[in-house]
Amino acid sequence: MAHEDDPLEHERASWNPSPGLAVAVSDPVEPPALPPHRERVTDKDPVAMKHAVRTVYTLFYLSVAASIWAIAAYMLFPIESGAIVDIRNNNMFVGLGIGLALLAIGIAAIHWSKAIMSDKEHIEPRHATRGRDTTRAAAVQAFSDANDDSGFGRRVVIRNSMIAAVVASLAPAVVLFRGLAPENTPANPIAGDPVALLEETMWTAGMRLVHDPEGTPIRAADVTLGSAVHVIPESLAELGHAEGYLEQKAKAIVLVMRLLPEDLIESPEKADWSYEGIVAYSKVCTHVGCPVALYEQQTHHLLCPCHQSQFDVTDAAKVIFGPAARPLPQLPITIDDEGYLIARSGFTEPVGPSFWERH
Amino acid sequence: MSTATAPAETPDAEKRDAPLGGRFIGATANYIDERTSLSGFVKELGRKIFPDHWSFMLGEIALWSFVVVLLSGTFLTFFFQASMVPTHYTGAFLPMRGVEMSAALDSSLRISFDLRGGLLVRQIHHWAALVFVAGIGVHMLRIFFTGAFRKPRELNWVIGFILFILAMAEGFTGYSLPDDLLSGNGLRIIDGMIKGIPLVGTWISFLLFGGEFPGTAIVGRLYTLHILLLPAILVGLLVLHLMLMVINKHTQFAGPGRTNSNVVGYPMMPVYMSKMGGFLFITFGVIVLIASLFTINPIWNYGPYDPSPVSAGTQPDWYIGFADGALRLVPPGWEIVFLDRTWSFNILVPLVGLGLFIVLVAIYPFIEAWITGDKREHHIAERPRNAATRTAIGAAGVTFYAVLWAAASSDIIATHFYLTMEGVIHTLQALLVVGPVVAYFVTKRICIALQKKDREIVLHGYESGRIVRLPGGEYIEVHQPVDEYERWKLVDNDGYEPLVVRPNAHGRIPWHENLRASLSRWLFEDRLAPLTQAEIDAAVAHQHHELEHIAAEEDVELQGAHARAGVPGAPHTPIDDGHHSETAVRPSNVIVSDDGARQPVNPDEKNS
Repeated sequence: MAHEDDPLEHERASWNPSPGLAVAVSDPVEPPALPPHRERVTDKDPVAMKHAVRTVYTLFYLSVAASIWAIAAYMLFPIESGAIVDIRNNNMFVGLGIGLALLAIGIAAIHWSKAIMSDKEHIEPRHATRGRDTTRAAAVQAFSDANDDSGFGRRVVIRNSMIAAVVASLAPAVVLFRGLAPENTPANPIAGDPVALLEETMWTAGMRLVHDPEGTPIRAADVTLGSAVHVIPESLAELGHAEGYLEQKAKAIVLVMRLLPEDLIESPEKADWSYEGIVAYSKVCTHVGCPVALYEQQTHHLLCPCHQSQFDVTDAAKVIFGPAARPLPQLPITIDDEGYLIARSGFTEPVGPSFWERH
Repeated sequence: MSTATAPAETPDAEKRDAPLGGRFIGATANYIDERTSLSGFVKELGRKIFPDHWSFMLGEIALWSFVVVLLSGTFLTFFFQASMVPTHYTGAFLPMRGVEMSAALDSSLRISFDLRGGLLVRQIHHWAALVFVAGIGVHMLRIFFTGAFRKPRELNWVIGFILFILAMAEGFTGYSLPDDLLSGNGLRIIDGMIKGIPLVGTWISFLLFGGEFPGTAIVGRLYTLHILLLPAILVGLLVLHLMLMVINKHTQFAGPGRTNSNVVGYPMMPVYMSKMGGFLFITFGVIVLIASLFTINPIWNYGPYDPSPVSAGTQPDWYIGFADGALRLVPPGWEIVFLDRTWSFNILVPLVGLGLFIVLVAIYPFIEAWITGDKREHHIAERPRNAATRTAIGAAGVTFYAVLWAAASSDIIATHFYLTMEGVIHTLQALLVVGPVVAYFVTKRICIALQKKDREIVLHGYESGRIVRLPGGEYIEVHQPVDEYERWKLVDNDGYEPLVVRPNAHGRIPWHENLRASLSRWLFEDRLAPLTQAEIDAAVAHQHHELEHIAAEEDVELQGAHARAGVPGAPHTPIDDGHHSETAVRPSNVIVSDDGARQPVNPDEKNS
């Protein structure tokens, strides 16, 4: 590469960048020249060179062999039996073949470049990134000519009206995105109202508490002391996946636990929300909505596995640790004539994570 | 233009007599060039020089793993169904037979168990994505700590930063596609976070999920983002990133012959073509080996998404960890109802905090450029120690990120080390505040100490390990001067000093100049003044003088010892017998001869 200075560098003469706060050293340390080239073993020793050449082509042929092996492994290790061991073997042996084939190419190429190709260092001059003065002047002239020809800077009314039109033309695109979510329909007057949807669950007065996911009802007597039962509303168990099962379930999941009645600290207005020490709380974390699925039997704490919020079941599920801010909403329960647990009413507040319109 | 080719025929004709690579290649090259002017491109770039350093390879890891991601991802699109239509699984994996799941999970399971090599490609795709983000991360750290973001590369830093964000977005959208239990929980967390945004959160979540969470739209929408929109932007910016790298030319580390106005290294063809091409295959090969030996994201163990079950110890892919950790470190009760609206500070503080953090990362080059006011181009990659404050800031940032990242595994830490959950969280909360501060000061001190050590070596030589006793009984270690090439690597010509504010034309000092002055004091107050050539010359002369002095003293001492031993003619240097040349057997290199008389070995050899 060229060592001489750029003959056109003087065209950037007007550019004299400020060094800012850089310390000006009148007598800076002089950089030494490039050190003399040191020959590698392969440069000096023909045997070593021959060895390197042999290594490189051996690796390339090894790669061919590994590729052939990968194809063979594809056929030798079928997965049609469905057995997990067959899938593991197929994955491993095909993968090892492909991986080795690729690695051998890579190592060979790099060995080629490091041991065989010339390792003499070259010097290439750098030029300032900015264009030459004449080029810059020509660019400015181009804009200026275009401006004169179009009157872009002079005819302000045209320019501003154009900007207004282009900006306004984006608005319909924004409006179109309203269609991302459903709107209210006569059949479902709140289908397009996220706040109304968030405030409503499938729980209503008299709804039976049933096992998740089997849908079998729960007799109060079957909820033993210290146990935790994962519960959904009876009507949810009958819902199909295509009928909004997951959406309803995401709001309606409940945990039922039985404690000694004397362990429960209950406020007077919620005194009848539990039944003989059986309490039901929303299983959706009030932080960001993970299921609060871990129940510590000894301490009566509920733990969210996602962000480790902990709720004290003995004390109205209030937050005792972690990032959650609100207690889990409680589902008032009682039993029906047959002794099955039922909801006394729906949830009295929205379940799950906080949202702006919640109050 | 077409008629003006006649005069140019002559040199072409000469070349055609002996075409490089045979007639066919020559004719093909001619055919292409006459239609594309490609020869100019080859002339410019074919022998372009790239500097060599192992750390310049980190960006290549990102580049090549992205190629692997693209290739493997394209294969997967042929089989994946981005649909949440419920279906009953009937594929090869027995434990999931008959389970109701979305078409997305069904097709992901079929890719894994019913398609030969499908699991391999799925795992290659996932592992390559993890390597991709990691590659960008370490590449960014290299750029930051060597100051390679300085003019003229600030814009490329920003482009690279956007690529980092896009890579994480690609990762998250891809992670969510199989619609398994874990990814559904990840989306649930995203949904909960979005809902915590004031004013618009509820509606953004509603629109994103196409109704209530989880809805039936999100997988299809994320798929469009994952395979169309995000990759298109990513590829476009990647091309721009590489073009700017070529235009700016790569930075190089200071070294003999390497200055701010040249590039020293090897040519693109053939050395870098071979090295970079080879490295593509190595990256690809390593990822395939990992994918063939180590399971990633075993969706078949998780099953379909259901809002109710979740397993303990679940973690996001590594690059999302810092955000998840930030959520975990919020203390209880950070939520208020104000103006009849809910303000979820337990969501907002992590969101805004992380947002500020990444914005600071993105604009750091501009802040530093504003403080230094340096408008020159910088093509020499700085040694991190020579920019002590910047390196300390970087260390503080890395610590901040690392604590958040550790917090994403707080439950795993607690269970593995038999600690309490609360203890781990409280420790990490404290570390999040204290850790960066400690890291800042420790790093800054270490950097300055290393600068002083470098200067010590430049001015006084390196410790040779040779201990000499002076006539007065004092022991000293002989310091040997370094050669001029080593010395050049150790000196730092690029210092800054704090701004001294001066009143402007109106006789005032504007507030921003005062701010700039304080920031510049913060950055540059603790510094070593750059060395001058005169200082080095004096130091080198002094070193030589010192060495001569020690040698003279030593000679006297040795001669005295030899004289006392009765062998005044013995040599003063160790005897090089071809085997024990390094053995320091002074001052009495004396052996006893057969007849009992003391004879010096090789008495002709004199101290040189």
